[in-house]
Amino acid sequence: MNQEISIQTADFSLADEVALLEQDNAIDGAIVTFTGRVRNHNNGMDVSGLTLEHYPGMTERSLAKIINEAKTRWHIGRVKVIHRIGELNIGEQIVFVGVTSKHRHDAFAANEFIMDFLKVQAPFWKKERTTQGEAWLEAKATDDSKAQKW
Amino acid sequence: MIKVVFFAALREQLECSELTLSSENIATVADLKQQLASKNEQWQALFDNSSLLSAINHDMVDSEQPIKPGDEVAFFPPVTGG
Repeated sequence: MNQEISIQTADFSLADEVALLEQDNAIDGAIVTFTGRVRNHNNGMDVSGLTLEHYPGMTERSLAKIINEAKTRWHIGRVKVIHRIGELNIGEQIVFVGVTSKHRHDAFAANEFIMDFLKVQAPFWKKERTTQGEAWLEAKATDDSKAQKW
Repeated sequence: MIKVVFFAALREQLECSELTLSSENIATVADLKQQLASKNEQWQALFDNSSLLSAINHDMVDSEQPIKPGDEVAFFPPVTGG
């Protein structure tokens, strides 16, 4: 099992994840973390929460490929990607990406690269609960163009 | 045989999460799509959608990709995680 990737229904602790990235890792001077949360609004509609579906097996494979690509492009140390699935409420954490490197540039760039490709390649789908009922989110063209810029 | 799986909005619209098909007469993803579309008008409309993504054995592929017996083929809408 790939220790760098976790697909889970449970919440995660930012402090615990940072501690794991730091533990016995004196070589890396930089840690960049990104946390994504459930917003209370989308396209002008009030959101009360969402359900996240994924494609077990392909999700892990797709994230592993994205992480490996990041490792060929930048000098990075440790990587951790957590993505939650199932029912989530407003304000809850959805996704975590943590990257360490000797110097900050590599960790900043690799972290954004991993998020940009997770957005367009990893098989997750969000179904929002709004005041107007439930609806699957439409993919955004801006997410495609962000991934293409790399 | 080919195992075919569907996800998210497509799964709900088809009212089907997976099915198994004979691999006879199916050489590529495009052939498989055509065979699924021939089921009825609703399936035709859903599989004619050019934004639909496909994967074989957990790797994203395009319509020209060959399919072998035993493969798991997936169809799904553009992804919206993160």
